[in-house]
Amino acid sequence: MEKIIKGKAFVLTDNIDTDQIIPAEHLVYSTSDENELKMYGKFALSGVPKDKSGMPEGNIPFVLDGGLVSGYEIIIAGSNFGCGSSREHAPLALKTAGVKAVIAESYARIFYRNSVDGGFVIPIETGEKLCNKINTGDFIEINLENNTLKNHADSAVYNLRPLCGVYDIVNAGGLFNYARQRGIIK
Amino acid sequence: MGMTITEKILARSAGRKKLEPGENVWLNVDTLMTHDVCGPPTIEIWEKEFGAGAEIWDKNKLVIFPDHYIFTKNAHANRNVDLLRDFARRYELKNYYDAGSERYKGVCHIALAEEGFNVPGAVLFGTDSHTCTSGAFGMFASGVGNTDAAFIMGAGKIWEKVPESMKFTFNGTMPEYLTAKDLILQILGDIGTDGASYRAMEFEGEAVSSLSMLERMTLTNMAIEAGAINGIIACDEVTEKYLEGKTAQRYEIFKSDPDAKYHSQFTYDTGWIEPLVAKPHSPDNKDTARNCEGTKITSSYIGSCTGGKLTDFRFAAKILYGRKTAARTFIVPASTQTAKQLYSEKYKGEPLAKIFTDAGCIIVESSCAACLGGPSDTIGRSVNGDVVISTTNRNFPGRMGSKSAEVYLASPLTAAASAVAGAITDPRNFL
Repeated sequence: MEKIIKGKAFVLTDNIDTDQIIPAEHLVYSTSDENELKMYGKFALSGVPKDKSGMPEGNIPFVLDGGLVSGYEIIIAGSNFGCGSSREHAPLALKTAGVKAVIAESYARIFYRNSVDGGFVIPIETGEKLCNKINTGDFIEINLENNTLKNHADSAVYNLRPLCGVYDIVNAGGLFNYARQRGIIK
Repeated sequence: MGMTITEKILARSAGRKKLEPGENVWLNVDTLMTHDVCGPPTIEIWEKEFGAGAEIWDKNKLVIFPDHYIFTKNAHANRNVDLLRDFARRYELKNYYDAGSERYKGVCHIALAEEGFNVPGAVLFGTDSHTCTSGAFGMFASGVGNTDAAFIMGAGKIWEKVPESMKFTFNGTMPEYLTAKDLILQILGDIGTDGASYRAMEFEGEAVSSLSMLERMTLTNMAIEAGAINGIIACDEVTEKYLEGKTAQRYEIFKSDPDAKYHSQFTYDTGWIEPLVAKPHSPDNKDTARNCEGTKITSSYIGSCTGGKLTDFRFAAKILYGRKTAARTFIVPASTQTAKQLYSEKYKGEPLAKIFTDAGCIIVESSCAACLGGPSDTIGRSVNGDVVISTTNRNFPGRMGSKSAEVYLASPLTAAASAVAGAITDPRNFL
């Protein structure tokens, strides 16, 4: 697991559900075929209403028209990120678009599990609305050694909640690696 | 200190006498369910991770229902059903219900009940967030992603954090204008879409006991809309009666102890609950149907695992009998069994199907259909600035197709009354 994650922030609001992260009509693509997999990157966050895409101004596309990946590596969001359906395609789409970590006030259970167990993106909780303090495009540095986030745009530093119960799974790179390391499966 | 029904079932599954909310435990899974959207990637992960000699932990406990994208020309969607069919053939799975065959059942959550896979005391995981529906049978049922499902498919177990429980008691009887959908919309409006995050929602009380199994499933179905890990209603005589002849499985009935510890408790009197809607764009955006009267609709949608059961169509028929719809109205029976029942079940001597066609409704084949939008050729999919009143479960932006559409969630009574008026209408105007 990378302990220092750096990148540009893409800022969203509360209750970003999985239909906004990857609309259901795109779930037909194979998740293993190299070319079809790219479609998940292309359509990541394409369901977010335009005025809520890339806060605070909005109207910022996460993936540029015709592109397959995003220029933003870190998602900053409010409460209940990933609510709605159980589709693992949601964290997969974010990862395929180039996202490494999501920083949200809180998460919906299944999205959180899927991110951790599938080893897609690291879901980090803040307990506060950093989405109101960070702007889309700000350069962010996450430090998982001391659980802090630094915004290089204004030098502000925020505390992050430790991964606690799921740290070992995240560190192993997902549930299968974790279970193999511990002899739970062969 | 006593235990809740959820804690007791998880303790049994974990092989423990006692466990505490917040603990991570390994559960032995009784049933794993998947479908055409999440089945193929689950199988791929299972094959990759368990290798060439991958074995299914228990073929009798794996249940596969193609149900999401069935009646579409989308080649990728059709390929996903082909992948499931091939997998079921290779592994000789008896619990596979192929699309296009006599065995096709329709929406998985309703089919699980009809086919006898829901039994009290069991632990069910499924690759669908609405797997919590099965909790109406006094069992633990919850949605997971593909990686977790692949893990269960090979290992028969999964880790889970034991949830705290929230108790919701409904006192009083159910007036004729009220349905289980109104009860759950009331709760959602009160606690919000993350009001039960990672917690169990337990439903009880005189009004809940009076509900049929199908109506109880509406309550547990939308537990996920509050972020809950599961929704649960203890098994009683109504449950046991429903199970007669459906399952040969032995089951164990659990109930919460009187001194069980709850995160919080909510008590309602059905007498003061009104027909409700959830306005765009969130299931917790509660208002009364009365307050929204006059809002013009372009369509009414009565279907899905939430609102496409026989009980939902009985409610709709009460309003639509002898009336004409003023807006496009889709009748989407959740299961193929429900679809057949529309022809055998009668209201005032007329089959429900005739009442609906006479009213000008469009009866659609059973599947998840436009509840989640679906491929572009899905019947009922919202377009442009549609204003839809729907008996489904979610109204986040774009959920039913068009990002600019507005979806109001409501009971089948309210959806039918609104269809007749062409605008959102309190069903009491027609009862």
